[in-house]
Amino acid sequence: MVGGGGTGADNWLSRAVSNGLVFFAVLLGLVVLWEGFRAFGVALDLKWPFEVNDRTMPPVYEMVAQLFRPSRRNGPLLLNVLLKAALFTGREAALGFVLGALTGFLLGIAFAHSRLLERGLLPYIVGSQTVPILAIAPMVVIWLGRGLFSVAIIAAYLTFFPVTINTLRGLRSADPRAHELMNSYAASRWSVLWKLRVPASMPYLFTALKVSAPASVVGAIIGELPSSIQGGLGGAILNFNQYYVTSPSSLWATNIIAALLGIGFFGVVALAERLVVHRAPEHVV
Amino acid sequence: MSALADVAVSLRGVSKRYAGRAGRAVDALSSIDLDVRAGEFVSLIGPSGCGKSTLLRVIGDLIAPTDGEILVNGKPAHQARLDRDYGIVFQDPVLYDWRTVGRNIALPLEMLRWDRSTRAARVQEMLELVELTGFEDHHPWQLSGGMQQRVSIARALSLSPALLLMDEPFGALDEMTRERLNIELLRIWERSGSTVVFVTHSITEAVFLSTRVVVMSSRPGRVAAVVDIDLPQPREAETRVAPRFFELVTLVRGRLRGAGAELDVGEAAREEALMLAEEER
Repeated sequence: MVGGGGTGADNWLSRAVSNGLVFFAVLLGLVVLWEGFRAFGVALDLKWPFEVNDRTMPPVYEMVAQLFRPSRRNGPLLLNVLLKAALFTGREAALGFVLGALTGFLLGIAFAHSRLLERGLLPYIVGSQTVPILAIAPMVVIWLGRGLFSVAIIAAYLTFFPVTINTLRGLRSADPRAHELMNSYAASRWSVLWKLRVPASMPYLFTALKVSAPASVVGAIIGELPSSIQGGLGGAILNFNQYYVTSPSSLWATNIIAALLGIGFFGVVALAERLVVHRAPEHVV
Repeated sequence: MSALADVAVSLRGVSKRYAGRAGRAVDALSSIDLDVRAGEFVSLIGPSGCGKSTLLRVIGDLIAPTDGEILVNGKPAHQARLDRDYGIVFQDPVLYDWRTVGRNIALPLEMLRWDRSTRAARVQEMLELVELTGFEDHHPWQLSGGMQQRVSIARALSLSPALLLMDEPFGALDEMTRERLNIELLRIWERSGSTVVFVTHSITEAVFLSTRVVVMSSRPGRVAAVVDIDLPQPREAETRVAPRFFELVTLVRGRLRGAGAELDVGEAAREEALMLAEEER
């Protein structure tokens, strides 16, 4: 069971390579499926479930090629425009993610210490998640004005809930004997929290953060719409939606960039988890 | 020296009744009187569910007794816990798997706000004591069950407590490991000079380790007999094949049989659940 020092790095490298290979194999499979269905639909003149043509299903190479064409006459490449937009939205999403994760974590701690607080507040917090974000977003913009902060709040709204629920669960996950041990040291509540309950909650917290990270990107994109913020991916999606008939692959190209941004957020959290969480294999959820 | 100073643990009329559900109260302990002298190694033995684990927790002030008086090192059990007068070892090692071996051993030292370098020195000392030098940067799950339990003993001893409470610490280990750790524990006990109160359900283990064996009966838990173990010190592997060892094992077995019926597993599990529920509060 004791990990060998010498082969550790090699193992890590070979695992990374095989993960990469799997990733590209699946990507290739998806492209083949997409193109296969396209060819099949065009050849048979398929009308159901939708008519297959270059507008409903642009070829994959068109979407990628679109990235390297000017976004408008004599304008910069679409790729440049979208990367800039992704950076813009990414900043909003990152701020929202941090705000939401912090709020969620603190709420979880508060609930773990007070059943009364949990019983009193949790139903409302669950209720808040049933209100559509599309209804919340305009109100936030009315209250806080158009801008980065409003969008971040909207992103935080999608972030905090899974973090609260999982933090609460994680804080309660420590073995009763481990609590007995702390009791035998006459440990303060504060010590029990930081030396036992919070470390025990980490795998649960990171599970929530991995759900929340891509959700904060979605929140930021949606948050841009009622604020009429143009510089982000939300603005780009709205814009290319209007020109879908003439240039469908622009919207698809934007979707690809938005998806990559979400995957990037997920990746950062997953990496942080690897660096922070050192739990026994059976405790890694 | 007063008589009190020689007594590490003193129990007078200690009773514990768990409320239980639907009015089915359970008498786990019934008017227990017991004195453990400083430096003794006392085992509590009895059938499952006889309240021996409860008794250990009452001494450690992890559970409040319904009635009776408990003195640890001459002071009330509660004060003794606040003063960190004892170390405790459970059946499971209960190591924090996010901490390395070294930082697990240092946990009680952190509670007392020892500074980093003093902590590190004591951790090295403890690792040496349990023969795990060089393993301080390993995580618990990288060690075998026996090694994990040794870490847990090192953690309990890191504050040099006058009293060591052990709740079936080797119960989950295989026979070979258990016998080796028995001898190691005795060596540690001799070197540290601590008093040990040791819960077990193994007769041979109790006889081999102890200076006295306290036989408990079940439902309600009482002290049925106290057997002095006059085997010579230090005890070695050969002690296990000495005729006197077998005589004492037979004696304790007889007392246990006299102490009453074995409890079924369901009853024992019920007591365990009640005990943990009580502590949650």
